[in-house]
Amino acid sequence: MQVPILKQGAYLIATVQSALTDEDLKQLRDALVGQVSKVRARGVIVDVTALDVIDSFATRTLRDVAHMIRLRGAETVIVGIQPEVAFSMVKLGLTLEGVATTLDLEEGLRYLQRSGKRKVQEHEGRPHR
Amino acid sequence: MSSSRDLATTTRSEPRLESTASRLRELVAHLRQQRAQLREEWARLITEAKLLTAMTKEEIFAEATSVYDNYVEALETGTYEALQTYARNLSERIIPRGVETHEVVGIVLLLRDVLARSLFAKYHEDFTELNRILDAYEPAANRIAITVAVGFVQERERIIREQQEAIRELSTPVLQVRERLLILPIIGVIDPQRARQLTEQLLRGIRTNRAKVVVLDITGVPYIDSPVANHLVQTVEAARLLGATVIVTGLSPEIAQTLVNIGVDLGKMNTVGDLQGGIEEAERLLGYRVVLTKEATEEPA
Repeated sequence: MQVPILKQGAYLIATVQSALTDEDLKQLRDALVGQVSKVRARGVIVDVTALDVIDSFATRTLRDVAHMIRLRGAETVIVGIQPEVAFSMVKLGLTLEGVATTLDLEEGLRYLQRSGKRKVQEHEGRPHR
Repeated sequence: MSSSRDLATTTRSEPRLESTASRLRELVAHLRQQRAQLREEWARLITEAKLLTAMTKEEIFAEATSVYDNYVEALETGTYEALQTYARNLSERIIPRGVETHEVVGIVLLLRDVLARSLFAKYHEDFTELNRILDAYEPAANRIAITVAVGFVQERERIIREQQEAIRELSTPVLQVRERLLILPIIGVIDPQRARQLTEQLLRGIRTNRAKVVVLDITGVPYIDSPVANHLVQTVEAARLLGATVIVTGLSPEIAQTLVNIGVDLGKMNTVGDLQGGIEEAERLLGYRVVLTKEATEEPA
């Protein structure tokens, strides 16, 4: 099942609707990393609220997506990890280190907006607080 | 001697079911007839044995009456459901008043003895008949004693389970002190089960309160073992996956030692000395600035 990717302002939003096979995950990765520069997106949100299992392959793919997108000049946020899923991931040692995570889509958008502002301020040589 | 052995064998060779039923009928009729007197005797023995001291004499007599009737009914019908229900209700009523297991078992056994004595008195002239009556009476009486005792113990266990649940609920409060800021004060030893529950409450709390920062105060925890320490670290990481920062405060020297021993990554753990410092740090993270106003300093409430 393909994951729809929506453009919302300067951000791309991919909302996972159901459990994904490894193939689907790779497709999602390629689609996101490909589109991010095409639409000049500043940030990418992957919404995994619907997932009740996130295994090691999914974690690795999500982390790869985040790192690749950073290299392409944008930021990634994973949003909506369920509490039970979060704890079972941690138990398996899957901590998504170096990847931003937020509670839900709203928080994810806010995070990207804020970090965008911060970058602009840094660029203009102003302190960010 | 030989005659008594003959008696035993003849008793056994009889068609048992029918005779048992008819003997029980006879027995029940006897117990009904002697009801007032036997009940009195039983209540007297209970008081004498200093059982059910938590109850008044009138209460004992009232309960004794209904236990007696239920007992006879169970003997008559051979079904124990009604007695079981009654035993459970009785237990529910008397357990909060501090009645112990030995008292309940004690009174049922006393009743069994009182009734047996009355049977001895009635049939003492006909030893054969007495034996047959006892054959019918004893299994039923024992079964009743077991039913009542088990009912009592089960009820007690149910209450204990409920209380444990309540204690557990109370043991991990999740409190919101500011918009998006939660506090979890933990007091007492954290066992694996409590640790699991703590994780659950913390992660749920983050979701329902949409918290950004959680202050986990473990000032009241004297020590933790390495599995629980690991669990704590995992909880902190899981909270991060939900987009929340956990600040752990009030680590005792022992806990600090345990955490260092399991080699926790200090970059992942945000720790502050005490609860006040933790809340201040949390407010800073959330962008709050607490300002001391003049009026408050001049006019303390």
